[in-house]
Amino acid sequence: MTAVTMLVNGKSVTADVEPRTLLVQFIRDHQQLTGTHVGCDTSQCGACVVHVDGKAIKSCTTLALSCDGAQVTTIEGVGTETDLHPMQAAFREHHGLQCGFCTPGMIMTSIDIVRRKGTNLDEATIRAELEGNICRCTGYHNIVKAVAAGAQAMGATTKQAAE
Amino acid sequence: MSTSGIGQSVRRVEDIRFITGNGNYTDDISRPGQTYAFFVRSPHAHATIKSINTKTAAAAPGVVGILTGKELAADKIGGLICGWMIHSKDGSPMKAGAHPALAVDKVRYVGDHVAVVIAETLNQARDAAELVEVEYDVHAATVDTATAAKPGQPQVHAEAPNNTVYNWHIGEKDATDAAFAKAAHVTKIDLINNRLVPNAMEPRAAIGDYDRGTGTYTLFTTSQNPHVARLVLSAFIGIAPENKLRVIAPDVGGGFGSKIFIYAEETVCIWASKKVRRPVKWVCDRTEAFLCDAHGRDHVTHAEAAIDASGKITGVRVKTTANLGAYLSTFASSVPTYLYAPLLSGQYNIPNIYCEVDGVYTNTAPVDAYRGAGRPEATFVIERLVEVAARELGRDPAEFRMHNFITTFPHQTPVIMAYDTGDYGASMKMALDMADYKGFAARKAASAKAGKLRGVGFSAYIEACGIAPSKAVGSLGAGVGLWESAEVRVNPVGTVEVLTGSHSHGQGHETTFAQLVSHRLGIPIEQVTIVHGDTDKVQMGMGTYGSRSGAVGMSAIQKALEKVIKKATTVAAAVMEVPEDTIDFNDGIFEARGTNKKMAFGEVALQAYVAHKFDSEKIEPGLKEGAFYDPKNFTFPSGVHIAEVEIDPETGITKVEKWTAVDDFGTLINPMIVEGQVHGGIAQGIGQAMLEGTVYDKSGQLVTASFMDYCMPRAHDLPSFNVGMTTTPCTTNPLGIKGCGEAGAIAAPAALINAITNALGHENIAMPATPQAVWQAAKSSPHKIAAE
Repeated sequence: MTAVTMLVNGKSVTADVEPRTLLVQFIRDHQQLTGTHVGCDTSQCGACVVHVDGKAIKSCTTLALSCDGAQVTTIEGVGTETDLHPMQAAFREHHGLQCGFCTPGMIMTSIDIVRRKGTNLDEATIRAELEGNICRCTGYHNIVKAVAAGAQAMGATTKQAAE
Repeated sequence: MSTSGIGQSVRRVEDIRFITGNGNYTDDISRPGQTYAFFVRSPHAHATIKSINTKTAAAAPGVVGILTGKELAADKIGGLICGWMIHSKDGSPMKAGAHPALAVDKVRYVGDHVAVVIAETLNQARDAAELVEVEYDVHAATVDTATAAKPGQPQVHAEAPNNTVYNWHIGEKDATDAAFAKAAHVTKIDLINNRLVPNAMEPRAAIGDYDRGTGTYTLFTTSQNPHVARLVLSAFIGIAPENKLRVIAPDVGGGFGSKIFIYAEETVCIWASKKVRRPVKWVCDRTEAFLCDAHGRDHVTHAEAAIDASGKITGVRVKTTANLGAYLSTFASSVPTYLYAPLLSGQYNIPNIYCEVDGVYTNTAPVDAYRGAGRPEATFVIERLVEVAARELGRDPAEFRMHNFITTFPHQTPVIMAYDTGDYGASMKMALDMADYKGFAARKAASAKAGKLRGVGFSAYIEACGIAPSKAVGSLGAGVGLWESAEVRVNPVGTVEVLTGSHSHGQGHETTFAQLVSHRLGIPIEQVTIVHGDTDKVQMGMGTYGSRSGAVGMSAIQKALEKVIKKATTVAAAVMEVPEDTIDFNDGIFEARGTNKKMAFGEVALQAYVAHKFDSEKIEPGLKEGAFYDPKNFTFPSGVHIAEVEIDPETGITKVEKWTAVDDFGTLINPMIVEGQVHGGIAQGIGQAMLEGTVYDKSGQLVTASFMDYCMPRAHDLPSFNVGMTTTPCTTNPLGIKGCGEAGAIAAPAALINAITNALGHENIAMPATPQAVWQAAKSSPHKIAAE
């Protein structure tokens, strides 16, 4: 067992883990944050996407120990039911989810797309950038709309904050 | 009009928990003291188990127990069942081998269940499973669908000679043959409907939990129909009587059919929880899902159409071999028979149809219902046949279809189905406009100039949803009735809980069902809660599949709501001291005609429970009603999809340029949700046609067992979809709903292959039409040669 410490959703947490423990296991089993999901075990589907030091990564193929000292944000740290992140609100408004299983990873990836590509996203960019996230329910049509709208809303929020 | 009632695109109630990470899927649940199961699976497609040595594994750290088929048999746990009896042409019942949850003497496909290791942690269970020594005598495997029944193939089950489960047929052979003898033109095609893996994003999972104090079992599981799971686990597998067995299907992350069935792993977890005296949790990894979830499709078909001199189709003759896999899954036998061939009439007036289906065993994973279940296969046959016929006759494919459309209703087909209503011409006309079919020739010419091949393809599909009238399916061999139940509980302050036997795993029932209640009772949607997925709460139900939750599940709710209103009217009349027949109920108000007396729904509810103002000898206190609704007929959603593609012959890449879908689903409760269902279905259909293919090698190894090998549709593979609706309300259920869950997956493959073959200028391409296959096929394209 090896001790690992992270800042998860702003809270410092420490645990003794087996060296082979994956970040997603640390998040789900040790921190009981079950919003992050495992869909494929092979970095393909993106249901497990979280932010490590501000960047989207796939937690199903990341060792927890490699994140010692890191800042980790999961879907639970993005917004709450009474204070939704603009991207969360956009997924609901545009019906960008059905069964909900891929949704946390989709939202985490989408926020990262905005970080990298800005708040004005065209359809081709969104579709290309969602390459690492699989949804079996929606056919992506409404996810694409949600990401575009969520990105716009994030831009508006930032602008408001600046003013 | 209410903003939350029928016909409104209400934003989904369930979304808040999903977008904030507060969903409650089976893997999110932990029981105190739970252990973890890992299955030892067969690495061989076909082998005899000579010995299983668990000694070393049992001594490994953290191991709580190791169980095999021997213990299962000793505890008299029955095998998994197939719940639909099919009879062969000669009247003999289908020939099925046993299906133990843990193999006893033989393994029959890669992934078959040999033993389960239960340990304190998942890693310990996984480590110990590596130490279980199994000695196999490996046999040759039967893998190929088309040749499985040929003499001399390795036999999967001794009970089924020549691997043949049944030789089934439907329709009038002699009359159909006579139509072909008189035909002016005969079109013939050979098709393979490629095998698919459903791949709901949430892998299956189960927690078995035995309570020694009460002798009660609880199973948390990823099920589309928890009551059917309880019924089968209780009555057939023999885990415990129903009153001692609770099945909970919490949030379920997609199903698409694959979570209808009662599988080995769930059975073993619930049984093992008593053996090891601890809760037992199992979560499928993705490769296990590829190996062991029931697959879909896998047909090999020859089909022919007889056409008279005027261009009317006078007969259709089909011969299909359907791969059922190594064991018969829960509804496997019905999918390529009664859920398939009765749809071969499509939207067309075809007087003679005859179809033969051979169901065969192979050493592959069981095959069962996957989104559409039989109907995508039927649509692929009839829509490819009609398209090719139009091309051979030099007729416009849209015009040829319209020439053959059924135009009067009700319409009895020669293969069981009686279509109640529809307007196929209306959908076709709207689709042609939306797709700008008139402008296609100019777009094709522009593509040709750029060295590209452009094609357009149609699919005018029909499906049978709302499965189904119990007596009718009983006569066809179903082991269960296919009604649905609902219970409407009104609370004293007028809030409402609806308990439904339907199960939502992405469909949004918590919203759409609440919309119906809000609409009918005239109360805000926030006052309505939908309860489903727990056999201790909902008394009985048949679950969600076959696009039945709207047509059957909501009809049951509607029936219960009418009873609630009737009872509430009786209470209101007594309280207001007016005759019952003078009361009108509109927008949540009970009003006595010709007086100024009125009561809101909530006031009546309160009076029903307070029971001070009526004679409780005559009127029972309380306000709660239940209903079972048995459908009168299937429902028949229909529509026209038009795909337009552009192929780059240099790379073989097919770009889906445009997708037009016009569907008739009858009454729409929530158009936003309905359109979402259409989008998802089309994506799966495009996946089947262009991307997804399940590959077993000759020895029965699954070559495509991860998302790295099996091509799932991703965002950049798909276009945005242009969706339109026409409406002819269903005439056989109270709400006029037809169902929308599978339409896209049913329509899309034929539309896309028709578009690709139109672009290529020949018919020689199979699904999935991958870039490599299209590149090969483009080499012999007359259009390409012309362009050069």
